[in-house]
Amino acid sequence: MRQVMTGNYASAYGAKLSRAEVIAAYPITPQTSIVEKLAEFVTSGELNAKYIPVESEHSAMAACIAAETAGARTYTATSSHGLTLMHEVLMWASGARLPIVMTNVSRAMAPPWSVWVDHMDSVAQRDTGWLQFFCQSNQEVLDTIIMAYKVCESRKVMLPAMIIEDAFILSHTSEPVDVPDQHVVDSFLPPYAPELKIEVGKARGFGSLVKPDQYMEFRYKDMLAMREARDRLLAVEKEFKNVFGRSHGGLLEQYMCDDADVVLVTAGSVAATAKDVVDALRAKGSRVGLARIRAFRPFPHEELRALGSKVEGMAVLDRSFTFGAAGAMFSEAKASLYSCQKRPVMKNYIAGLGGRDITPKILGKIFEDIAVMARRGVEEEVEWVDVAGLPRRWR
Amino acid sequence: MAKTTIPEEEFTYPGGTGCPGCGANLVMRYLLKGLGERTILSIPACCWAVMPGYWPSNCLKVPLLYTAFEATGAAMSGLRAALDIKGVQDVTVVGFAGDGGTVDIGLQAMSGAAERRTDGIYVMYDNEAYMNTGIQRSGSTPWGAWTTTTPVGTSHGFKHEPKKDIMAIMQAHRIPYAATVSIAHPEDFIKKVEKAKSIKGFRFIHAMSPCPPGWRMNPSQAVEVARLAVDTHAFPLYEIEEGRVRITRKGKGVPIKEYLKLQGRFSHLTEDEVAAIQSAVDDGWKFLLAKESSGV
Repeated sequence: MRQVMTGNYASAYGAKLSRAEVIAAYPITPQTSIVEKLAEFVTSGELNAKYIPVESEHSAMAACIAAETAGARTYTATSSHGLTLMHEVLMWASGARLPIVMTNVSRAMAPPWSVWVDHMDSVAQRDTGWLQFFCQSNQEVLDTIIMAYKVCESRKVMLPAMIIEDAFILSHTSEPVDVPDQHVVDSFLPPYAPELKIEVGKARGFGSLVKPDQYMEFRYKDMLAMREARDRLLAVEKEFKNVFGRSHGGLLEQYMCDDADVVLVTAGSVAATAKDVVDALRAKGSRVGLARIRAFRPFPHEELRALGSKVEGMAVLDRSFTFGAAGAMFSEAKASLYSCQKRPVMKNYIAGLGGRDITPKILGKIFEDIAVMARRGVEEEVEWVDVAGLPRRWR
Repeated sequence: MAKTTIPEEEFTYPGGTGCPGCGANLVMRYLLKGLGERTILSIPACCWAVMPGYWPSNCLKVPLLYTAFEATGAAMSGLRAALDIKGVQDVTVVGFAGDGGTVDIGLQAMSGAAERRTDGIYVMYDNEAYMNTGIQRSGSTPWGAWTTTTPVGTSHGFKHEPKKDIMAIMQAHRIPYAATVSIAHPEDFIKKVEKAKSIKGFRFIHAMSPCPPGWRMNPSQAVEVARLAVDTHAFPLYEIEEGRVRITRKGKGVPIKEYLKLQGRFSHLTEDEVAAIQSAVDDGWKFLLAKESSGV
């Protein structure tokens, strides 16, 4: 049934349709309406789950870890400082091979305080062993939660997943969302039935001490699991399309990229604006395209290499910055393409931090700039866009 | 042969990696005798995170979830919620943490779990410092003690702050049951564990756990030191049921110096300092008696 709802409600419905059994959550702006809605679902009996009103995000994740170890499907949601407070236990969740699914409403980090979107919080968790999906629409948020449980709970994956909504742009903006019927979701997503769980009568230790001659094999298996997650995601998305009639582009969604001379690579809600800009530029005869990093983990190396081999210029727009280096998405895309025979000119644009708008005009100028760079080579590899005091005028 | 007065069944296998004379070993042993097999443990970073042995070995006969240092209370809530949603009601969820993992880094998560009325038993084995990391002071280290981060040196730099009163903190949470237990009094210990097991809600057990390397004492004297802790009123045995204090062993009022002198961690103390500890212990005991007689 189509309903008009915010990204946060789409998250709550996604968790409800996935029949999350234990929800442990702590409120943080702008995530609150997710957990409020879930608390309502649980209280009204619409969702048969235990809701644990924990006293911190660290405890939210720790409680999910314990519940998931005991065989329950778990869900939580957080944002920015909540996510970064969880950092330790995020690693615990993946290291313990627990397919927890969490929404992160991506928000800038303080100081100075900001409650608005950027991707610093999420990007800073890239090494925690979680699958990370950056969403462009509220529909994608709901659908990806359901898909993520299916991908993550498969025997060879058993890793957690983070569904990333841009603060306010998705979290608090209403869009039409198709809410699938419960019985259809049930047929797509079977109950969680892990091979191992903590239970009385079986004196197992979960997370014991290991020696140096044992540890590395655990991490190697995590690496294999993340590799497997890539293939599982592609298979699950195909199946999702067969059942629900829509999909969201695999690991790297490509828009008008087939014959493009230059492409913009980015993640999150700004991709929707960029698609409009692509349409407008195409109408004027420019062969431009948009590639959206939907899965940041596992990273779409293969897709980017295939794309990079056929374009002249590749602009990468990061909504965060890795200090002392460059935007993380740029650095990783560049690393992916290094071994390609034919490589495009690449440039990194840092924009939209702390909720600053990335307007169609700015995106148009990025396309113009990368086209120029593609012809004559890059002068400055990383450029901060629309910052007061810098010579270039972007607005 | 005399009949034992505590359950004979053991829930620990040989092979644990505790130090000789480790009090925490006996705490676990007596605890599980009281709880039985239908128990799930959660243990954060602490000596007992190492003592079950290296993977895949495990010296415990009950399942065990290791958790992050500060997360024991949250892990209890998560385990309980999962068991509840799966309809498993006859399993006792137990958090088992050291003093640092309880009164310092784990206080928030434990307070949260207690406030949420999480149905489980939290056991703090109190060796009065960060012993697994090598004897650093904690909020539970008593006044006067040497640790590696309260070195005595030439300026009398022992710990100059009193131990946190975790039982009072837990009483303030209005939990249904809290008790102190000692490895020198296994019958009292197991009786309290059995009582805790029979009650619903968040329950708290504070176990004194002598640590021979950390307390600088002879490993053969761990039980004797634990007994002296009770007899000197340094660690009185009592329980708080629905807010009401009941002392379960009055002790003999042995002078505190008898307890202190067996432990190298107090060997630097002057007579005046020992007298100051005696005075603080006497005050604490009077306060506990007053609590008991006033019914709060």
